Amino acid sequence: MAKVPDFLLHHDGDSVAVANDDLQPGTLQGLSVKEQTPHTAVLNHAIPLGHKFALKDHAEGEAIIKYGIKVGIASEPIKKGDYVHTHNMRSYRWEASRA
Amino acid sequence: MGSKPRLTGYRRPDGSMGIRNHVIILPVDDLSNAAAEAVAKVVPGTLALPHAFGRLQFGEDLELTFRTLIGTGLNGNVAAVIVIGIEPKWTERVAAGIAKSGKPVASFSIEGKGDLQTIADAARVAQIFLQDASEIQREEATAGDLIMSIKCGESDTTSGLGSCPTTSQAVDRWVAAGGTVFFGETSELTGGEHLIADRCIDDACRRAFQDTYDNYIKVIESTGANLLGSQPTQGNIAGGLTTIEEKALGNIAKTGSVPVIGVLKPAEAPDRNKQGLYFMDTSSAAAECVTLMAAAGAVIHLFPTGQGNVIGNPIEPVLKLTANKKTAATMKEHIDLDVSGLLRQEYDLIKAGDMMMEVIERTVNGRLCAAEALGHREYTFTKLYISA
Repeated sequence: MAKVPDFLLHHDGDSVAVANDDLQPGTLQGLSVKEQTPHTAVLNHAIPLGHKFALKDHAEGEAIIKYGIKVGIASEPIKKGDYVHTHNMRSYRWEASRA
Repeated sequence: MGSKPRLTGYRRPDGSMGIRNHVIILPVDDLSNAAAEAVAKVVPGTLALPHAFGRLQFGEDLELTFRTLIGTGLNGNVAAVIVIGIEPKWTERVAAGIAKSGKPVASFSIEGKGDLQTIADAARVAQIFLQDASEIQREEATAGDLIMSIKCGESDTTSGLGSCPTTSQAVDRWVAAGGTVFFGETSELTGGEHLIADRCIDDACRRAFQDTYDNYIKVIESTGANLLGSQPTQGNIAGGLTTIEEKALGNIAKTGSVPVIGVLKPAEAPDRNKQGLYFMDTSSAAAECVTLMAAAGAVIHLFPTGQGNVIGNPIEPVLKLTANKKTAATMKEHIDLDVSGLLRQEYDLIKAGDMMMEVIERTVNGRLCAAEALGHREYTFTKLYISA
């Protein structure tokens, strides 16, 4: 059986990926679910299973893309490989909902 | 030829079908819970459905409570109903609503008699209903006879990657086989509501959906509250979901690819001759949502979870699946199907769908799901506003 991917992204072009296990910083192998394309990324922080990291640099206010759709915006600049969660990403639809 | 039917169920006098054969003791109001629970103790095998409301409600909120109570009694998983209320008027209204199905129904009210006499009177009838129900035989059923409902909970990013797409497989296959499926969770479509609108079968359906969605969001926004921590929930956030939009897209990933053919009010039963996928206006709170869907006639529920929601329903089996390997290991007793292998690339989505269908068939045919075996019977009413 092929190696279990370290991370998954829904679509090629998504700006964040999901940890497929508890991950340590370093170079990782991933897979896009829709296109089944192999991806490589360097993770800057340890993150738990199911949490996200950035596949590209995001400026403050820039769209975060998952499922090929905007699912939020960067609430501060995010570097490629950084952990992405409520500390640096927020909803753009529910303005009142911020950490 | 000569082989066992794939699906079996219990046919009710109105033609509907169920996969369970409950005799329920249904309190009209909170005050009648004690008597209802006492009857179920005296006649073991019957099932009391205590709940928190039913007094001093009015307008649309009261209508919803009646619709929920009557719909619960009409559900195909229910063979017969004992209705108990504090006073006769509303008690008889609920009983009459159920009785039009031809199902055995008896009603009892407590005022002027007290709990003990009411319990004795109701228990005598409950015993007969239970013995009669025990003779009803399973017969062959099709997907078109059995309404399915779906709602996910304590979702995380594995839901959108695994358990929700697996549920989608079941939705598409159920509808292709002539079945009806309900999905809801109005607020949890935020950020992906355009995807649902695009799938509405015609303009009338699309308008009804958009109006329902816009109204719900208006209510939420009018409170001015910060929803972070509620939507997404603390459990969602612990599981890696950051925003409502991200959660919504995972949620929508379970709704299949078939068109949305209609929009239902909470607990509203669909036209039995129009099978397909329906959107129902519901809360995203698990117990409220499943209670409303069961009241609209759903007899089997698929519940994808990430972090591990434990919900059940008294009359509708709630099947849980997860793609989170930690949850599958640490909350094993709650999980009916582990699809974490999908994320490990051990099998594809079609195979996960096959696994789901096998669990559905076994549950339809009588195997107890985890929530039933563990006694999860959350029966929770949706309140639209404060009582008078």
